[in-house]
Amino acid sequence: MTAHPYIPNSVPEIKRKMLDELGLNDVESLFHVIPERLRFKGSLGLPKAASELEVRRRVEAILSKNKSSGELRSFVGGGCWQHWVPAACDEINARSEFLTAYAGDAYSDLGRYQAIFEFQSMVGELVDMDAVMFPLYDWPTASGDAIRMAVTVTGRREVLYSKSLSPERLSIMKSLSGSIANFKPIDYDPPTGQVDIDSLKRSISDRTAAVYLENPNYLGPLESACDDIAKIAHGRGALFVVGAEPLSLGIVTPPGEYGADIVTGEGQPLGIHPFYGGALMGFLAFRDEEKFANATGHRLITITETEREGEYGFTQILPERTMYAARERSVTFTGTATALWAITAATYLSILGPRGIKELATTIMQKATYALKKLSEISNIKAPIFQSPHFQEFTVEFDATGKTAGMVNRFLLDRGIQGGKVLQNEFPELRNAALYCITEVHTKSDIDDLALGIKEAIFN
Amino acid sequence: MTAPEYHAVSWNEPIIYEISRKGRRASMIPRIESEIREQIGEPSLPDMMRRKVAPKLPELSEPQVIRHYLRLSQQTFGVDSGIHIHGTCTMKYNPKINEAIARSAKSADTHPLQDEETVQGTLEVMFQLKKWLCQISGMDDFSLQPRGGAHAVLTNALMIGAYHKSKGEGDQRNEVITTIHSHPCNGGSAAVAGYKVLTLYPDRETGCPDLEALKSAVSKRTAALMVTDPYDTGVFDPKIDEYIKIIHEVGGLVAVDQANANSLLGRLRVGDIGADLCHFNLHKTFSAPHGSTGPGSAPVGVKAHLARFLPVPVVEFDGNKYYLDYDRPDSIGKVGQFFGVVPNMLKAYMWILSMGEEGLRETSEIAVLNNNYMIKKLSEVKGVTLPWAEKQPRRLQEARFSLGKLKDETGIGVNDVNRRIIDFGIQDSETSHEPWFIPEPLTPEPPESTSIEDIDTFVRTISLVCKEAYSNPEVVRSAPHRASIARMNLAPASDPNKWAMTWRAYVRKHHHQEVA
Repeated sequence: MTAHPYIPNSVPEIKRKMLDELGLNDVESLFHVIPERLRFKGSLGLPKAASELEVRRRVEAILSKNKSSGELRSFVGGGCWQHWVPAACDEINARSEFLTAYAGDAYSDLGRYQAIFEFQSMVGELVDMDAVMFPLYDWPTASGDAIRMAVTVTGRREVLYSKSLSPERLSIMKSLSGSIANFKPIDYDPPTGQVDIDSLKRSISDRTAAVYLENPNYLGPLESACDDIAKIAHGRGALFVVGAEPLSLGIVTPPGEYGADIVTGEGQPLGIHPFYGGALMGFLAFRDEEKFANATGHRLITITETEREGEYGFTQILPERTMYAARERSVTFTGTATALWAITAATYLSILGPRGIKELATTIMQKATYALKKLSEISNIKAPIFQSPHFQEFTVEFDATGKTAGMVNRFLLDRGIQGGKVLQNEFPELRNAALYCITEVHTKSDIDDLALGIKEAIFN
Repeated sequence: MTAPEYHAVSWNEPIIYEISRKGRRASMIPRIESEIREQIGEPSLPDMMRRKVAPKLPELSEPQVIRHYLRLSQQTFGVDSGIHIHGTCTMKYNPKINEAIARSAKSADTHPLQDEETVQGTLEVMFQLKKWLCQISGMDDFSLQPRGGAHAVLTNALMIGAYHKSKGEGDQRNEVITTIHSHPCNGGSAAVAGYKVLTLYPDRETGCPDLEALKSAVSKRTAALMVTDPYDTGVFDPKIDEYIKIIHEVGGLVAVDQANANSLLGRLRVGDIGADLCHFNLHKTFSAPHGSTGPGSAPVGVKAHLARFLPVPVVEFDGNKYYLDYDRPDSIGKVGQFFGVVPNMLKAYMWILSMGEEGLRETSEIAVLNNNYMIKKLSEVKGVTLPWAEKQPRRLQEARFSLGKLKDETGIGVNDVNRRIIDFGIQDSETSHEPWFIPEPLTPEPPESTSIEDIDTFVRTISLVCKEAYSNPEVVRSAPHRASIARMNLAPASDPNKWAMTWRAYVRKHHHQEVA
């Protein structure tokens, strides 16, 4: 074959020269280290090489079967959210130096370390904590790691969580920490959807390592008794671990202020496109204490100085904790995480600034409140189910309409609207409900059209 | 006049908080319609939940934000920047077409919970990629969900646990065996899944563990062998099938870490030689970019007898449409949210299309040729040796050299050399994960996208730096001299009173102030 565009040494003369250097006749002899009996001799059944233009045509044709947010007005969230993505974020994360760097230290890769340090710094301000680790895979894996940290710090195994937690996130947290932690549910208060404080008091004990709570919780309500929950947890020597939605923190009290010991969250809302759920980034903040730092195997980056006056550098804190050094003795595994998205989030939060994030959070909550008002005007549906403040997500119950949430979604889809996430499997006790999401991307007319569509779906 | 020597960009760029100025902003938030404002008013939050002080984010205008992060990117050394052959990582070229398509709206602006009929394109790509990975590995099914190699090993460890539990041996089989030159996540992630880990060490001559060592390690407690082959030393362990046989005989499973499969494409399929599980890193072998340390993507492959344990959902095709199958009662559940790192799947899919079957074989041929050419040249450098060279002169995609001789004779070790080569515009090289079994290890890996000129330059630079070590060690010891920054003070790394992961912690600990 002729030289491949991505393989500089695939020119026959170059191969020959390299083989001559090795005193070999052919490349095949280099593979003699693999015993004959182990070698694959057949065809893999893969297609022939395609040119760039063929690749483009073929893949664009396949992807044309997708409907992007420009073609489908979507009101679904549930772990990944549609937001305005500033063009500056796409510009910075497409910089090929950031895109193609990997594992160098700050001597070669000063810029990526500084950008990640700035990401850590801004997340620290959002959640009001001093210590923030290198970015993680996604929110639930970060929460799973937070549980490992809590179990290690307290020497206890039991973790209390509200039944309002997303079953998907719970499953992931168990995958990460189930070998050292037991998960025990506490009730939520049916009228408000918030943690039932009495249930918490009944369940907590000297065996409790952590109380894990998300705010707002998966079903939408903002938890308002966090002060009390922190006191109850700390009163029994347990840690308070909070999963926080980052944009809401423009107007909602930060977890560090109400006593959280560890804070996790999903970074995708911070300037990152949804990518079919494929561009998530978990963050994890914690009390800036040695025992907490020693209770994680993840990378921790500190700022430092250099031999030149006024110059910053960045290095790893206690690198001997990580799997790369401690191997199976490390508290958590670590690896290729989500640095490109952390760099993006740093860019995004710099774009927002303190005023921007407050205005943005206000706008989101106002629009969601407006949507709730419009939907609650439709007879027979209940929106929201819970009497609590909601930030951007809320439940809509269709039980009295004679239609299922899935049927409503089918009707909406035919009109170019993606309805909320159907909760039937995850929360059968909510009977026939869906989780809807409104953000700053939705205009008043989008919301009005949604309300009209739901009304038509019900009375159709 | 002579041409200037290389020098990295050195902006001395301040921390973004230092260039913040009150009142500046880079965002105009979408307007709230007046009808909404009139009907809704200010959001209503209980007093306790209302934030009193806005988060202290920096205040800049958009041109300043762009200049700042652009400068930081310029002080970062990517694959595109120059010679970058950091071993165990397969730092190959990341084709631009793949990036362009992955960033298009049809990919970027789709939501994981939108109706399946509106994402048939992405599901088709995921399904086809899964099939191709089966063909490349000899496995029967794949999950694309894990987000990195260590995450994939965790996933495999959880499936191994589910398998033994299904046989009623879940509690009994609590040990995983690995080798010291397997990637450390094989032990690390297995331990996170709850396993006790036994580690085998190589013998003196071959760089591979002795068969007897494995035989004495196995028992009815053995859940699995989790190993990398070829090892991080570039040595291919030819006894892998014998290990598999020994493990299977005691009822255990075998997971072969194929994160870096760059030397094996079309040459060896772990599914054919008896492995029960494996994983690939799309950000290594399959050309998805490393993204400054992620996002990665690491699909896991299994043989048919383990397919029922795969994480949910699995992408399937019913002959008419693609769909996500959640109806798998024996599944281990979920290991990450949604379906995995979809843009990287798309990039890997396009890379396979661009290479084709011949191209995949060519990839491995050239990667191995590059590496052995480099070994030949680098072995001639004074101070550099290749452990096990007598029995293992040929390596696959990478090689672990030792600078132990250099250190003994000059006091200059691999970390010094790594800092010095940066002065010549070459990314530092992998040393070794801990513990350093080989003294002063140096592990370069020249994947197929490395030119012969780059290999020659790399070898010439290592040679020059080793010569410096003998003639002028101080210039190496005090390096870097032409990097973005000078040598760092590493003391804060182990001092809780000095380390600072955030600007606010730095200001508090070093300047005894709060961030204004």
